[in-house]
Amino acid sequence: MMLTYGQSINQALNAILSKDKRVVLLGEDICDPYGGAFKITKGLSTKYPAQVINTPMSEYALTGIAAGMAIRGRRPVLEIMFGDFLTICADQLINHAAKFGWMYNSQVTVPMVLRTPMGGRRGYGPTHSQTLEKLFLGIPGLKVIAPSHFHDPGEQLIKAIDDNNVVLFIEHKLLYSRKVGELKDGYVFDFACKKSQDTFETITLSNNDFKEARATVLTYGGMLPYVIEAVNELLEEDEVFLEIVVPSYINNASIVEVLASLKKTGRLVIVEEGTLFNGWGAEMAARVVSEGFELLEAPITRVAAKDLPIGSTRVLEDAVLPQIIDIKVGIKEVLQ
Amino acid sequence: MLEQFYEKMLLIRLFEKKIEELFTKGDLFGTTHACIGQEAVAVGVLSAINKDDIVTSNHRGHGHFIAFTDEIEGLLAELMGKECGVCGGRSGSQHIFKESFYANGITCGMTAVATGMAFAEKLINSRKIAVAFLGDGALGEGVLYESLNMASLWNIPIIFVLENNYYAMSTHISQGVAGSMADRGRAFGIETKEITTNDVEIIHSTFKEIVGNVRAKNRPFFFVVNTYRQSGHSKSDDCCYRTREEEEEWKKTDPLAILRGRITAEVAEKIHQKCGERIERAYAKIRQAGDLSINYIFKGLYQ
Repeated sequence: MMLTYGQSINQALNAILSKDKRVVLLGEDICDPYGGAFKITKGLSTKYPAQVINTPMSEYALTGIAAGMAIRGRRPVLEIMFGDFLTICADQLINHAAKFGWMYNSQVTVPMVLRTPMGGRRGYGPTHSQTLEKLFLGIPGLKVIAPSHFHDPGEQLIKAIDDNNVVLFIEHKLLYSRKVGELKDGYVFDFACKKSQDTFETITLSNNDFKEARATVLTYGGMLPYVIEAVNELLEEDEVFLEIVVPSYINNASIVEVLASLKKTGRLVIVEEGTLFNGWGAEMAARVVSEGFELLEAPITRVAAKDLPIGSTRVLEDAVLPQIIDIKVGIKEVLQ
Repeated sequence: MLEQFYEKMLLIRLFEKKIEELFTKGDLFGTTHACIGQEAVAVGVLSAINKDDIVTSNHRGHGHFIAFTDEIEGLLAELMGKECGVCGGRSGSQHIFKESFYANGITCGMTAVATGMAFAEKLINSRKIAVAFLGDGALGEGVLYESLNMASLWNIPIIFVLENNYYAMSTHISQGVAGSMADRGRAFGIETKEITTNDVEIIHSTFKEIVGNVRAKNRPFFFVVNTYRQSGHSKSDDCCYRTREEEEEWKKTDPLAILRGRITAEVAEKIHQKCGERIERAYAKIRQAGDLSINYIFKGLYQ
């Protein structure tokens, strides 16, 4: 049976709570009967009452509490109800949790995971729809993991919990209800798929069995469904074959898979849901130019949110966030 | 006990003086926050807990560190940027670590971390408690109230030790703190005690009782000690915000002067010599030690 992204996370938490008694879930409204604002922890407090703790709305202290618990041997997994609230966690993440390991000269480890639903398209408006992980991409000591539905999000979460570092685990809220793709005979859904050997793997997808392709689309997390729609439409309309590269460890410096695909295509489009200015795509583009300039046959195109707040009204939200048509335009631009 | 208290407090005092001297000579890089005048709190409190209990400290942490670990060589080496420093020379004055002692320079940030540490120990029934030091300046930070709330809700065995030295950098509490300090603990249903003293014996016996209470009830405690920072906030502070008269008034309650009235001049002199020699010996040794190598700058970023 194919799981949804949300079920995959729930089952992973269930499995690790049962196996590893050091794991403690903390968060607002995560206990039954409510089971979390997005129902991701449903059933867990009933099965593991000692390991699942409802908290007050204190994201700042909770992030510090999780760090303290991690230093003293627990494996805390803190749920922050909306990714927008990471701004409140920032001091503890940046100036405390991510610093301790290096600052104390490797004499402590901080194996904590901060999970949070991120992203828009649900009409929650300017303060509950943002894609803010980009604020945390340049923090040494902090791993930012944002699996797509072509990854196994549950497996990625278990690896994050087993990791001895501070992990910020980004779950796009629109992915929760999507079916998770399983790798079967080299395919995930309709795409030929290669997974890297990394703990937090990068996936490369092809709609032409990794034969010819005209451009590479680099994206992550909740943008992947939109990229796939755009890629499918372009195949149907213009018979254009494309490759898609989807990392999960998004502040990892490696762009090996992007360069491998560019050797074939020479053309790159980078797609993200966060705002354009100072975005993830800017860093990726800079790395590609620096490490693979000779592979590029055209300027890199970036597709991202407009540099504006996200309106609550659908028409305003749609106008700000990148749509399928924007991705298609971006791909056509790079093909010219 | 009396002589041990005196020796520990004097060791801290002379250490801080040595650091001031090294800064003046240009031997140290960066900044430091001396705790001269507040030694009785560090020694009185930390002599009342076990070695495997947890201590978190702040920017003004040398006294806490020495009182808890008795380690001066590793601390001096850390301040001098040597590889044999307690954190390999990486972290300097405000971010020291050893065993179960953790400091960080972000005002009040460690109160949350300490709450989590004590919570972790409670979950495994280790019977260890945490002591989290904070100053009056930290009362302005919201994370304290979040931490107090959860410490009380979850019956976490942690003691918040508020060292009120009347000044947050240059800002007097009359400009920075509304209402009662002790009531901040009470508001969360946390037992509270406030004392005004630099008498290490009083602080020790009071704190010993608090520790017993916390271990027995498995509950948090909020302890306020009104003391005085004789030194400036940091090495560059000329104390233009307070009068020399005020400073002289507080020197009458200097923690070392209080104890000197209870030991003989002969014993005091012996201890003075011992502590002075210890610091000079440490300095002579650390001066010769190798500087840290930048080759290992990337080491330990990820574990």
